[in-house]
Amino acid sequence: MAILLHGQDKILVQGITGNQGRFHTRQMLAYGAKVVGGISPGKAGQQVEGVPVFDTVRQAVEATSATASIVFVPAAFAKDAAFEALENGIRLLVLIPEHVPVQDSIDIVTRARALGAVVIGPNTFGIITPGEETKMGIMPNHIYRRGPVGVVARSGTLSYEIAFSLTQAGLGQSTVVGMGGDPVVGQTFISVLEAFRADDETKAVVMVGEIGGSAEEEAAEYIKDLGKPVVAYLAGRAAPPGKRMGHAGAIIERGRGTLESKEKALSAAGVRVVTMPWEVAPAMQQVLVR
Amino acid sequence: MKQYEYMAKGRLKERGIVVPPGRIADTPQQAAEAVAEIGPSALKAQVLVGGRGKAGGIKFAATAEEARTQAHAILGMDLKGYRVDRLYVEAKLDIERELYVSVTTDRNAKRPLIMASAAGGVEIEDVEDSLIVRRLVDPDVGVLPYLGREVAQAMGLSLPLAREFADLLVRLYDIYREEDAELVEINPLAVVGGHLVAADARLNIDDSGLFRHPELQVVEEGSTLELKVRALGLAYVELDGDIAVMANGAGMAMATLDAIQHYGGRPANFLDAGGGASVEPTAQALAVLVGMKPKAIFINIFGGITRCDDVAQAIAQVRKTQGIPVPLVVRLVGTNEREGVALLEQEGIAAYSEMSSAAKRVVELAGEGR
Repeated sequence: MAILLHGQDKILVQGITGNQGRFHTRQMLAYGAKVVGGISPGKAGQQVEGVPVFDTVRQAVEATSATASIVFVPAAFAKDAAFEALENGIRLLVLIPEHVPVQDSIDIVTRARALGAVVIGPNTFGIITPGEETKMGIMPNHIYRRGPVGVVARSGTLSYEIAFSLTQAGLGQSTVVGMGGDPVVGQTFISVLEAFRADDETKAVVMVGEIGGSAEEEAAEYIKDLGKPVVAYLAGRAAPPGKRMGHAGAIIERGRGTLESKEKALSAAGVRVVTMPWEVAPAMQQVLVR
Repeated sequence: MKQYEYMAKGRLKERGIVVPPGRIADTPQQAAEAVAEIGPSALKAQVLVGGRGKAGGIKFAATAEEARTQAHAILGMDLKGYRVDRLYVEAKLDIERELYVSVTTDRNAKRPLIMASAAGGVEIEDVEDSLIVRRLVDPDVGVLPYLGREVAQAMGLSLPLAREFADLLVRLYDIYREEDAELVEINPLAVVGGHLVAADARLNIDDSGLFRHPELQVVEEGSTLELKVRALGLAYVELDGDIAVMANGAGMAMATLDAIQHYGGRPANFLDAGGGASVEPTAQALAVLVGMKPKAIFINIFGGITRCDDVAQAIAQVRKTQGIPVPLVVRLVGTNEREGVALLEQEGIAAYSEMSSAAKRVVELAGEGR
């Protein structure tokens, strides 16, 4: 079944005529995603990779009945693009841009909650459902296989590393969700775990976390009753306090957000916590056999 | 981006929050003049760390002469790793009580969070949890005076102070929202003559929101090298080890440091070359690493959007233009892996495909490890 994103979902690309939008539209189509329209104000009538371009989301939704949209516009315009999507009936919204102001993210997430829409990101690599050959995101196509492992990650490349190691170990994935590296993002580990819990195809979950915030600690309490095994790898053991490690959200501030506190909480909740990324796949093999 | 105390107070004052009279002083002479004008004052080191008082960064002066002597002692001193270049000379307050109030973002709730306490004057982390009042704010509703009165009540404040606090909280929340603040904090929020005065303040602006605030003075935080590399558009943090590191993606870069440490090595830096960096930026980043004169260099690439052949080309380019005089370990997998590995072979470099063995090897080559 997979979660959140399914094979039949019709997808729009906001910012389709930009370099990134164009490139990833091609990649998404190649993977099998149903990209049915693009938005770029003033460019209606054009085509990108055979996909029709519209001036507005409203026009695109009327023409295609799309319910999902992926946003590639610059960060300063992300709020406008996100609201345009949400107000026009989009219910799965993937926000790729990095450096979206946190106050804008708060507004986006608040509105999405009120409308019952799912927001993934910002500052995310997106979401991919290998079993249904669809994706909304910038992840490489070749590293995933269909299978029983759900993956939820804060970081892109690190999740590629781990997803690929799972694939090589013969452990395919149901859905891989990138929460995003910002302090405020649409999903929480808990919201994604809830979806994995309800999904029959997902037999176990990999969490890829990192320093900063307390999303992992918060998730730990929930995992106690998840009913599916969880393997977690968290990055940032060597990170000093007070320094932002690339992601806006990856910072140990005023004693909060340390790896130690996260690993302790997860271990206490019965999660199999590994300390290096290459230990994830072997650990997953063990918990799946058990 | 953190703001200095005097900048934060400038913003508070603009928004109608009462702050003590104060002057900036960069020299003992200026400090003396400020005290002559203001009267008995606190001389406060302007550095971007908390706990200045305990570390000797705040002194009192009753006269201009005292101010000159005290300023002489503080200016130029090292305060928790920060050099003191500027003082804020501020009227000494006759404080009756010290409260705490802040507005920040609750990452889990994805909402603004008000924190307040009647036990102010110490770092909020050191305040007993039961003494902290917390209220999440619905951003669609915002902060109206009633919420301030409720918080004041929970803090045990009585009228008319509670009403004054409510008014201040509305203004503080406006700063948080409209100035793209990550944190705006008044600590202590002093009670002086029965009224509220912001005795110390912190204001951290969300870097991503800076484009909306061209009026803000830029405050750069970091070493010379950190600032130089960040100017290239790369995420960079200096560490205290001697194995230089480059990886693509923030999570991968963090994991790479962890792997080096795992095998007993000491990473010299965090460098995220970006999720899809092409030849030129990658070569620039590598040139920075070479310039650090590390014991060894580790490049860890999982090519998704990043192409392995681009990375290999960047390595070849840097070898040609400036040379790489220290051991180099490259781990290269993913998009265009075969081309990249072949390119490196021509350079006499055998690329690794596994992160673990590559990390282990670089630690050995740096002469570290167990």
